[in-house]
Amino acid sequence: MPTPPTVTAQLLNGFAAGLLLISFSMLSQRRTRRLIELFAWQGTILFVSTSLVAYSAGLRHLWYSAALILILKVVLLPLILLRLVQRLQAQWDTEPLLNIPTTMLLGVGLVIFAFGLAQPISALATTITRNTLGIALAIILLAFLMMITRRNAVSQVVGFLSMENGLFFAATSATYGMPMVVELGIALDVLVGVLILGIFFFQIREQFDSLDLHNLESLKED
Amino acid sequence: MNPFAVARQVGAVLLAIALAPLFMGWVAQCRAWLQNRSAPPLLLPFRTLRKLFWKDAALAEHASPLFRSTPYVLFGTMVLAAAIIPSVVLDLPFVLVADAIALVGLFATARVFIALAAMDIGTAFGTLGARREMMIGFLAEPALLMVFFNAFLISGSTALPSIAGRLAAPPFIIYPSLAFAGVAFVMVLLAENARIPIDNPATHLELTMIHEAMVLEYSARHLALVEWASALKLFNYACIGFALFVPWGLASQHASPGTLALAVVALLLKLALAGAALALVETVSAKLRIFRAPEFLAMAFLLAVLGLLVHLLLGA
Repeated sequence: MPTPPTVTAQLLNGFAAGLLLISFSMLSQRRTRRLIELFAWQGTILFVSTSLVAYSAGLRHLWYSAALILILKVVLLPLILLRLVQRLQAQWDTEPLLNIPTTMLLGVGLVIFAFGLAQPISALATTITRNTLGIALAIILLAFLMMITRRNAVSQVVGFLSMENGLFFAATSATYGMPMVVELGIALDVLVGVLILGIFFFQIREQFDSLDLHNLESLKED
Repeated sequence: MNPFAVARQVGAVLLAIALAPLFMGWVAQCRAWLQNRSAPPLLLPFRTLRKLFWKDAALAEHASPLFRSTPYVLFGTMVLAAAIIPSVVLDLPFVLVADAIALVGLFATARVFIALAAMDIGTAFGTLGARREMMIGFLAEPALLMVFFNAFLISGSTALPSIAGRLAAPPFIIYPSLAFAGVAFVMVLLAENARIPIDNPATHLELTMIHEAMVLEYSARHLALVEWASALKLFNYACIGFALFVPWGLASQHASPGTLALAVVALLLKLALAGAALALVETVSAKLRIFRAPEFLAMAFLLAVLGLLVHLLLGA
C-alpha cells in the first residue's frame, strides 16, 4: 500500500461511502415516510462533507453551498414532503415495478458501471475528493433507477431530489463545486419544483384517487 | 509447542464456554429493560442448563444414533470455533491453524447436523424447521464470506489474528469498505443466530419459529447442550465482529498477566456494549415474514459486495 491518505481524505471517503449506503437503503425502502427521513440523512452527510471540503480547501463559496444544503435539503424539503405525505395519507408505497432484490442487483451493476466510467475522469482531476467521483455518479444512477422502478409520485420526487444530491456531490468532488449563481439557481429550481409537484400530487389524487403514476399512462378517459 | 501457549489456549476456550450463557442472559436482560418488563436474572441461562442436566432424557422411539450424537457434534464444533476465533489472545496455537474460511465451514457442519437431526425424528415441525434453517443458511453463508473477503482485501491474509492485528496496528485508517461490511455482518449475525428480524428466540409459535422448531424433540442433557451450543454460536459471532471491526484490546501471545487481564476486561466491555446494541436492534425492529428473509439476506450480500467495490475504487 502507498502512503496512507490524510485524515481529511479518509473522512471524505467515509462520508462518500455513507452517501452510497443511504442511496441503497432508499432503493430498498418501501415506506414513503422512511424514504423522506433517509433523504434528510443523505442531505446531512452531504452538508458535513461539503463543509469539510470547504474547510480543508479554504474555499468561501463552498461554505455558502453547505449552508444552502443545510437549510434546503436537511430541513425545508423533508418537512414539506413529510407534511404532504401526512395530508395525502400516502405512508406506504405501492408495490414497485421490479421486486427489491432485483432492483438491488441492478443497483450493484450500475455502481460497477459508474466506477468504470469515473476512473479515467478522476485520474485527471487534482482535487482532494477525486476518488469520490465514481460514488457521486453511482448515486445519480441509483436515483435514476429509483425513479424508474417506483410508481408512487412522492417516491419519484424523492428520487429526483436524491439525484440532485448526487449531482452536487459530483460537482464538489470533480471541481470543488459550481459557481455560486448556478448553485443558487438550482436550489431555487428544486424548491419551486417541489412546491409545484406538491400541487400536482393533490391534482393527481383528486383525479385518480391514488398517487400511482401508472394511471397517467392512459390518455383517454374510458 | 510451549506449555504456556497451550494453557492460554485452554483458558481462552474455557472462558468462552463460561461467558457464552452469561452473554445470552445479558442480552435477554437488556431486551427486558428496553421493553419495560422486569428483567430475568443474569444467571438464568446457567440455572436452566443445570436444571436440564439433572433431568432424565426422553428420546423418540425411532431416534437414530445421529439424533443422539448431534448435540455433542454441535457443542464440539462451537467449542472448536471458539478456539479458532481470537477473543482475548491474538495468536494462539489453534488460531494459527485454521483461517476464516475454515471457520465458515465449521459453522456449515453444525448447520447440516442440526438440520439432519431435526428431520431424523420425522415430525412435521422438525422438517419444517430444517427446511427453513437451510434456506436461511444458504443465503447467509455467502454474505458472511463476502464480509470476510472485505477484511481479507484490506489485510492481505485469511487468518483472523493477522486481520485483527493489521487493523489494530497504530496508524488508524478509516476504511469505508468496512462500514458496508459491518452493516452486512450485523444482518448475517441476526439471521444466523435466530434473532428477531428473521426468527424470534423466545417463541414457540408454530408458524414463525425456525431454530426452536428444529430442537423441539430434544430434552434434558441433549437440550442443554443444544442451548449451550447456540449461546456459544452467538458468542462466537460477537467475537468475529470484534476481531473484524473493533480489534483493539487483544493481547499478544507473550503478553504479561496484567495485559491479559486488561484484554479480558476489554472483551467484557465489548460484550456488554454489543449485547445492549443487539437488544436495541431486536426491540426496534419487527419480525419479518419468512418470505422477506431472502430479501433481507440478499441485501446483506449486496452490501458486502458493495464494500468490495468501494475498496477497489477508493483504494482504502
